[in-house]
Parts: sequence; C-alpha cells; structure tokens
Amino acid sequence: MSRIKGAFENKKAFIGFVTGGDPTLDKSLEFILSMVEAGADLIEIGIPFSDPIAEGPVIQEANIRALAVNTDTESIFRLVTMVREKSEVPLVLLTYVNPVFKYGYERFFARCKEAGVDGIIMPDLPYEEKGELADIAEVHGIDVISLIAPTSNARIQMIAKEAKGFLYVVSSMGVTGVRQEISVNLDEILPQIRAVSDIPAAVGFGVSTPEQAERIAATADGVIVGSAIVRIIEKYGMDAAKPLYDYVKSMKDAISRA
Amino acid sequence: MDQEKKGRYGIHGGQYVPETLMNELIILEQQYEHFKKDPEFIKEFEFLLKEYAGRPSLLYYAEKMTKDLGGAKIYLKREDLNHTGAHKINNVLGQVLLAKKMGKTRVIAETGAGQHGVATATAAALLGLECEIFMGKEDTERQSLNVYRMELLGAKVHSVTSGTQTLKDAVNEAMREWTTRVDDTHYVLGSVMGPHPFPMIVRDFQSVISEEAREQILEKEGKLPSAVLACVGGGSNAIGAFYHFIPDKEVALIGCEAAGHGVHTEKNAATIANGSLGIFHGMKSYFCQNEDGQIAPVYSISAGLDYPGIGPEHANLHDTGRATYVPVTDEEAVCAFEYLARTEGIICAIESAHAVAYAQKLAPTMKKDDIMIICLSGRGDKDVAAIARYRGRKIDE
Repeated sequence: MSRIKGAFENKKAFIGFVTGGDPTLDKSLEFILSMVEAGADLIEIGIPFSDPIAEGPVIQEANIRALAVNTDTESIFRLVTMVREKSEVPLVLLTYVNPVFKYGYERFFARCKEAGVDGIIMPDLPYEEKGELADIAEVHGIDVISLIAPTSNARIQMIAKEAKGFLYVVSSMGVTGVRQEISVNLDEILPQIRAVSDIPAAVGFGVSTPEQAERIAATADGVIVGSAIVRIIEKYGMDAAKPLYDYVKSMKDAISRA
Repeated sequence: MDQEKKGRYGIHGGQYVPETLMNELIILEQQYEHFKKDPEFIKEFEFLLKEYAGRPSLLYYAEKMTKDLGGAKIYLKREDLNHTGAHKINNVLGQVLLAKKMGKTRVIAETGAGQHGVATATAAALLGLECEIFMGKEDTERQSLNVYRMELLGAKVHSVTSGTQTLKDAVNEAMREWTTRVDDTHYVLGSVMGPHPFPMIVRDFQSVISEEAREQILEKEGKLPSAVLACVGGGSNAIGAFYHFIPDKEVALIGCEAAGHGVHTEKNAATIANGSLGIFHGMKSYFCQNEDGQIAPVYSISAGLDYPGIGPEHANLHDTGRATYVPVTDEEAVCAFEYLARTEGIICAIESAHAVAYAQKLAPTMKKDDIMIICLSGRGDKDVAAIARYRGRKIDE
C-alpha cells in the first residue's frame, strides 16, 4: 500500500500544511514531527513561491518569510529527507507549477522519489494541463493530486476518474484562509466522486475549528488545514511546536469523533 | 488553426489556473465564440469604437521626423488620440460589452500605470456595470492622478500591498478576487496574457490597429511598410499593430521591450532579452525569473511595461523569428519622449516612447523609399511629471 493510501486506511485523515522554511528549515522539521506526534496522518509541505495566486494573506506571508531565509526547491528536498529519517508519514509537496517546471520535470520527480515524497499538489495545474507532467510523475511513483472546486460541476467525474492519491475538495470559492462558514455541499459532490472512483476525498480551504473538522469528517475522508496552522507559526515563531501539537491533537480528536 | 483551439501558440499559452476558474474560462470561450459572430454584438461594438472611442485612429505621416532622421518614411498610428488616450479602450469596450451580454453585472481589472484601469472604469460607467480595479500600492502613488480618474468614473480602486506592489501583484490580486466571485463578475484582463482565451480575445479586439493601419498605408502609399514598431510589456498594442501584417513576410515586426537601466543591470523588464521559459499567470511563455522559478522583481520607468512576462503569441513570434524584440533603456525612451514632443509636437506615453527610441536608431539605416509604422499606443500627459522628475525638475501633478 502507498503511504498516501495508508493515511486514509480505516480512519479519517487529518492533513496539516506548513510552508517549508517558515521560519527556518530546522523549525519546519520540528513542527512537522510535532504534528505527526499529535496524530497528523499526512503532511503537506509548501515549496515557497513568489506569487502564490491561490493563497490568502496568511500563507502569502509564510511564503515571503520562507523566501526571505533563502528557502529554495533544493532545501525543501533536504527537509523531506530529514523528515524521512524520523517518520514514515505521507508527505505531499504543495507548490505552483513554475518552480517544478524550472527544476525540470524529470529531475524534479526523480528527486522527489529519492527524498521520499509521495505526492504533489499544484493549484495552478488544472486537469487540462496535467499532461504536462503526469506521465513523468507516474514513472517515479509520485501522485499528482487533483483538486475539485465548488465550480467544477460537470468536471467532477472527469477529474475524479483520473485522480491519484487523494482528491483535494476545495470547500469554498476564493483563496486559502480561515473562514467562518464552510459552504461545500459534500452530499452533492461525494456521490459523484464515488460513482467513478474509490479515491479518498479530503476537504480543505477555510477549515480551522474542531467543530468544522468534525462536521466535515462525518462525510469526507479527510480534513486539510493550512492557514490555521500557519497562523500558529506566525504567532509563536520559533516556539510553535507545542501549540501546534495541542492544536493538531484537538483537530485529530474531533475528526476521530466523527 | 488547431493550435489556437487549445489556446496554444507554438509551445506557449495554455490554461494554468486554479480549478475554481476553469469552468468560467470554458464558458468565456464559448460565449466569446458565439458573440464574435453575432451581428448585433458586432454592430454595437463597431458603433462604440467609431462613435465613442473615435476610431479609426489616424495614420499620420511624421514628415519632420522623417526628414530629420534621413531614412525611412515614418508614419505614426495614433492610438493616443482614442478616447481615454490609449489603445486600451479597444479591448476594454469589447470585453465589457461581452461581459454585459454574458449577464455579468460587475467587472474587475488590474492596472499598472492606470491606463487600463481608467479604460475599464470608463467602459463600465458607459455600459452600466459595477467596477473594481486592482493597482499596486507603488503604482497608486506614482499615478495618483489616474487613481482619482478611476474614482471619478465610479470605480473602486484597491491598493495592492502584496509582493512588489506593482502590476504583477495587481494581476495576482485580481485573479484571487475572480476566484472568490466568478458568478456575476468578469475579469477584464488588460493585455494579451493570462490563460486562454484571454490572449486570443484581447488580440482580436486590438487587431483593429493593424487592420486599419494596413488599409491606411496601402491607400496613402500603395505599398506595405518595411517595418512596424511597437512597445511591448504584456504586448497588447504590439500584437494589435502586428497582427494583420503577420502574413506579409516582407514586413519586419519589431517589439521594443523596457530595458530600464540596461539589460545587463538588475533593474529592467526586458523579458525576451533576459527571461526564460516558464509558467505563470495562467500561461507558458517567457518570464524574468531566477533559477528556482521565482518571478523576478522587474523595473521600468514606464509602469505600463513594468511586467515580468510577455504574451504567449509574442513568445511564439520570437521563437519562429517572425518578430524581433529589442531592448530600449529608460534614458533612450525619455530622450525619444522629448524628441517626439519637439519634432512633431506630440507628447506620447513613455511606453510608446520606447518604440520611438528604436525608430530613431533604425530609420536612418533604412532606404528613403522604405516605410515604417510606429504604433503610438498612448498619450503622455500621465508621464509629464515623472519625466520632469527624471530630468531633476520637481513639478506638481
């Protein structure tokens, strides 16, 4: 079984996101391990990008902080290697297509495999353009994660049929960031996915509270949290490991109740 | 063209956007394909271009400049005489009319110098749509007059404080806003860039420039020009000026990029000279970026050319050799700005002055029976204070 599949095996998955290198690479390692200890089932690591058009202000700022300490693509691979020495947690990179393109698709996915990356999410690589790199990623055993948005409608099944790893269901219109209301209608979307694929579906964008997480996990296979985690890192900086542990634990407990 | 159906220009173009926008781009393409053949739409659009924007724009023989430079016969395509003072209105009238036909009630747009923002606010006021403009904070300060203009026209102007606080960041923020609200909102992209179908739609609306120029020059001179020059940022006036000349292989097409302090300095925006292949703002094309694919902060005295990429059709014209792209520095552009004012009594936009500057170099090397057309993309009132500052004179705007 792939590590990503394992994250959803007989449980609802909690997926946590950090921007690699925010505030430093060593701290990212510490934070990731702390989240894993608290029960995170899968970790997304952001490769910082100068112009993250799918991100709201919180993660934009994290990108700026990480780039300010010269975090580059190669340092994210070093971070992955360091995590792998300590943990078998599934690791999915999140970045924009340009840093991957510039690194060179073949070289990038070979390096992913070598370091121990399991998948990648690129918010600006929709279904129509994934032919750009899907074959190369597959050769190296890296899952290119597909996204489904509130506007996907007739596109849901087309996307789900070819999806790898897990499906990232975008809960709301707009960019990443904490929201009061999560508007996604899972009762409408999930049956459409289930009709064509048994791939796990995890919901992200806007999720921050245990109540939201519990409610989503009642139907979805996993809950993805980014901005709320990055806000803790923004607030506590170098000392974020403990608050992250507490937060992830509360979220994981809520999801397990679902 | 099969290539174009997929929104590709050679290897360039495509639709690299979040899934949230894909459905809207597909609808936009379908609606555009429908309305561009709709007689009612065509009639309304042509009426607006003629009666509101003031088209056709003049093709003016610059006799003094021609004699002074002593080479090719120089014509200026006077987009600066359009309503709102630049070529931007051609695209904006088309897109805002299209948005209205699509049932949208609100338009958003990015702007650098403010010209596209002013044009969008103008068209929105005329056609009765709500309008919000995204503009880098640095640009709102450099071009405060245009901010007030947009507000006068009823638009709300958002000052963008992320990233480099210039045009690139204004595009980011407009895209973010569009993913938040697509149902009632059309994003009026201002240049031949972004995801398909924008490079095609904007080019089609701007191609009126070369459609007119080609007819006008044949009528005046009975032959085609040897060269067509235009400034290039994203490249909308340039593609407009080139488009109907592309099949005429004997016509050299020359795009003039902003080299800022020089292509070998860190302060420039010359994408073809310094950029490399990448994927950004929805398209594959050339971008100024570092080896990790981080988009570079770019610089030009001209806010309208201060963009780290170039439209995908230009990237392909460069690849195929059909068009040539040359760098022009701030200093050369400012000198050309002053030269055109003194020689022809025309104060052109600092963007357009980049094309005039290269014409000053090129024309003397050409034969007297050669013809050159320079696209004068906009008027220069907006730049007067900045040029004065460049020359060490402080004047209030």
